[in-house]
Amino acid sequence: MSQTPAEGSSGGGTVEYIQHHLTNAHVGEGFMTWNIDSIVISVLLGILFVTVGARVAKNATEGVPGGFQNFVESILEFVQTQVKDSFPGHHPLIAPMALTIFVWVWLMNFMDLIPVDLLPLIGGWFGIHYLKVVPTTDLSVPMAMALVVFMLSLYFNLKVKGPMGYLKMFLFHPFGKMAMPANILMTAIEELAKPLSLGLRLFGNMFAGELVFLLIALLAGAATLGAGMLIWFPLQVVLDLGWLLFHILVITLQAFIFMVLTIVYLGMAHTADH
Amino acid sequence: MNITVTLIAQMIAFGLLIWFVNKVMWGPLSGIMEARQKRIADGLAAAEKGKHEEERAKKKAMVVLKEAKDQASDIVAQGQKRASEIVEEAKDTARVEGERIVTAANAEIEREINQAREALRAQVASIAVAGAEKVLRREIDAKSHDALLNELAAEI
Repeated sequence: MSQTPAEGSSGGGTVEYIQHHLTNAHVGEGFMTWNIDSIVISVLLGILFVTVGARVAKNATEGVPGGFQNFVESILEFVQTQVKDSFPGHHPLIAPMALTIFVWVWLMNFMDLIPVDLLPLIGGWFGIHYLKVVPTTDLSVPMAMALVVFMLSLYFNLKVKGPMGYLKMFLFHPFGKMAMPANILMTAIEELAKPLSLGLRLFGNMFAGELVFLLIALLAGAATLGAGMLIWFPLQVVLDLGWLLFHILVITLQAFIFMVLTIVYLGMAHTADH
Repeated sequence: MNITVTLIAQMIAFGLLIWFVNKVMWGPLSGIMEARQKRIADGLAAAEKGKHEEERAKKKAMVVLKEAKDQASDIVAQGQKRASEIVEEAKDTARVEGERIVTAANAEIEREINQAREALRAQVASIAVAGAEKVLRREIDAKSHDALLNELAAEI
């Protein structure tokens, strides 16, 4: 599954290897930092998603759906069920948004299952020396999605509850009229924790998963050439396979959680009485 | 975490992706799925309606069949009645005709008998006269005893 790191068995080499893998290919500094790899890979995956989806939608029949159409429709129906269960009322944007989150996050997470050294190696041939393959391990990507969700929930709050209703929620919500300052603090924390936990959960899970892949990839490389390889190499293969199978579950679960929490948060924002 | 252009770019990309997904995938596909749901529901409703219709038609057919059966048995009964009537009529006619024929035959026979009797009477009279002539050629004058002889012949 993974290739051994290029060089070095010392501790410094290991740290360098991991740091190298966790550095984005970027241009610019400070605020103007463009993480080229995250943007390019996530946009490519988005284009892939939309292209395949558009083709299925174009060839779809009202009659008995064929194999792939059936598969896509079952995903759609799954998302629709989640939206119906967790989102009170109706808003035409929620279901497509949930579908986008589920599939896009899943696709970006799936990049984690590609051998950790494969794409950086290929990139190296074309002069790209830093490459972080999984966009969701770049904090900017999950946080961007969480922020969009946060902005949307802000909009829903103002639209459904009205500015005064939203203000009242801050003033009176958890403890009643008597503890107004505490109410403001609690509600503010509650509201801010939603997007923060949403983005950080996905980032943390994927980052940790990627890190474990990197550590497993280091196993055989850490041993010096010779007899040690006979033990470490099979162990690396077994561990890698195990983590891979487990990770298939994790990436799906994380995509699902992100989708469900988005629906739930927006649903909470979309109800009039809090 | 640093707020960078990457974050903003990703937010824009996410928004655009939602818009695209809604436009080219979710919209058409969910429309198709809804249409299919409607078609299936319509089909089920039509099937249910057809079932009801069939039941009604069955009942109607049974009623019609029963009517036809009743009518048929009526017709058969009428026919039988008419047939026995005809037979009776024929019998009557035959009896009357037979009686008529018998009466006519009897009358004919009577007539024939009378005729024969007349003829015989005439002949007997003449035979008796001839016999008596032969026996009494000389003694009796035919002319004087003619009245007596005719009386005799009449008595035969």
